[in-house]
Amino acid sequence: MHGLINRAVQAFVSSTYGTGRWTDIMDASGLGFTEFEAMLVYSEEQSERMLRAVEQNLERPLPEILEDVGTFLVSNPQVEALRRLLRFGGVNYVDFLHSLDDLPDRARLAVSDLRLPGLELIEQAPGQFDLLCQPGVPGYAQVMTGVLRAMADDYGALVFLEQSGSQDGADVISITLVESEFAEGRTFDLGAHTL
Amino acid sequence: MMSFDDLAGFANQLCPMHVIIDAEGQVLSHGPTLHKLSGEDSWTGKPFFDVLDLQRPRWIKTISDLMETAGTKLHFQLRAAPHTRMKGVLVPLPNGQGAFINLSFGISVLDAVRDFNLTSQDFSPTDLTIEMLYLVEAKSAAMEASRQLNLRLQGAKIAAEEQAFTDTLTGLKNRRAMDHVLNRLILGGRDFALMHVDLDFFKQVNDTYGHAAGDAVLQRVAAIMVECTRKSDTVVRVGGDEFVIIFEGLLDRKRLSDLACRLITRLEEPIQYGAESCQISASAGTTLSTSMAQPDAAVLLHQSDVALYAAKRAGKAQHMFYTPHQETEMVEPDSRSA
Repeated sequence: MHGLINRAVQAFVSSTYGTGRWTDIMDASGLGFTEFEAMLVYSEEQSERMLRAVEQNLERPLPEILEDVGTFLVSNPQVEALRRLLRFGGVNYVDFLHSLDDLPDRARLAVSDLRLPGLELIEQAPGQFDLLCQPGVPGYAQVMTGVLRAMADDYGALVFLEQSGSQDGADVISITLVESEFAEGRTFDLGAHTL
Repeated sequence: MMSFDDLAGFANQLCPMHVIIDAEGQVLSHGPTLHKLSGEDSWTGKPFFDVLDLQRPRWIKTISDLMETAGTKLHFQLRAAPHTRMKGVLVPLPNGQGAFINLSFGISVLDAVRDFNLTSQDFSPTDLTIEMLYLVEAKSAAMEASRQLNLRLQGAKIAAEEQAFTDTLTGLKNRRAMDHVLNRLILGGRDFALMHVDLDFFKQVNDTYGHAAGDAVLQRVAAIMVECTRKSDTVVRVGGDEFVIIFEGLLDRKRLSDLACRLITRLEEPIQYGAESCQISASAGTTLSTSMAQPDAAVLLHQSDVALYAAKRAGKAQHMFYTPHQETEMVEPDSRSA
C-alpha cells in the first residue's frame, strides 16, 4: 500500500493518541521500523500488520478507527493540503460529490504511483446519492465515509451518511443531503497557498 | 444581427476577462472578473491604453496599430499596481465599430489569484485554470514530501557512512577508511608516511583482567594516539591491537622518529581500569611513500609491517624505519611475538 496511506494512519494515531502510543503499535507490529515514509510504497502485508496492531492497541473496531482517519485527514490543520486539494473539486457539496468520480485520477496526477480504487457517484433522487467504492484498498469505504462527513462540515452542509452494504463487490455509501447551506462552512481561498 | 448588449451578455458568460473597445480605443464594457482588477476605479469609459500597457509587439503605438493585430498574441501589463502581466488576443468588430479583446493571466495566474482574491466563479467553467491551480498545489505538496524524504535519507546516509568508516570500539577510522585515505593520497600524488603500531603485552592484559579491561585499554590507547598526532593525520585500528597512522605530507625521519618514541613512552604509562593498573608498551615500523617510484598501498603496508617486525625482533618498545635488508631477516625462522 502506498506510503501516503500508511502515513495517514500514523499521523492520525500520533496526533490523537500521542507518539508513544504509535511507537508501541509499531513495536507490536514487528515490522522493524517506526516511521512510514510518505513517498515509498509498502507491501499489503506490512500495512495489514500495522492496522491489526492499531486495532489491538486502541481497543476499538478497525472500521470505526478508519472513519476517524478520514475525518482527521480533512479536519486536522496539520494536513491542510489535502482539504485544499479536495475543495478544488467544487464550489458546493453537491459539486464536490460529483468531483469524486475524478478523485483517483486527480490523486494520480499529484502522485503518479498512488492508485486509489475507483469511485462512482449515482444520484438516486434529488439530494440522495450512492457512492460506490471499488475494492482494492481494504477499509477504503470507511475512510471515505470519514472524509465525506468532514467535507460536509467544511462546506457547511448537513448530510446523513450510511454504509449500506455492497453492490457487485463495491462498498456503497448512502448520502442524504438534508441542507446544502446548513451552517457557515470554512472559507476556501484559491490563492491562500504560498508556494 | 446581434445587438451590443447581446454580445456583452454572451461574452460575460464565456469570456469573463474580455474588454470591448470602440474605434477610438475607449473601453465600452468588460467582463465581470476584470471588475476585481479595476476595483473602485471602473475601466468603462477610459482609454484602453490608460488601463493596460501594451508591452509586445513593440511596433504598436496607436489604437489603429492595435486594430491591425487581429489574431496575434498580445502582451499587456496592468498600469496600476500590482502591474499584473496578461496575455490577450484581439478580434475587430464588424464595420469598424471597435474590437473585442480577450485577456488571460497566463503564467502569472498564481499571483493574480492571490492579489485579486479570485474564486472559481471568476473563471469560465471550461477554463483549465482551476485544474492548473490544483496541479500546482498537489505537485508542491508531493514535492515537499519527497524533499523531506530526501533530507531524511541524506541524514541516514551520512550516519551510515560515518559508521562504516569508524571502528565502533575506539572511534578511530577502520580498515575500510584506511584503504579509502591511502587511495586518495596515492591518486592525488601526495607524499605521506605510513606507521604500523602494534601493542606489546596487550594479550596479558586481556588474559589477566578480562576483555572489558582490554577494551578500556584500547580506548585509552586510541585517545593517546589521537593526542600524539596532528588533526590531518589518520589514525586507524586495523585489527585487535594493531594500528596504522598515516602522516600526510610528513617525510622528515627525525620528526617521525621523535613522534614514535613519544607515542611509545605515553603508551607505557600505566592505564587504570577500576582498581587495576594495566601496563603495556608498543612497537612501531614506518615507511615513506617516497620509497617507491609508483606508490602502492599494499606494498607500503607490507613494508611498514616488515619494519614493525624488525622493531619487535630488536626487543620491542621501539621504532624502526623500513629498509630492504629487513626483508631478508623476515625469512629467518624466528617466531614473531605479540
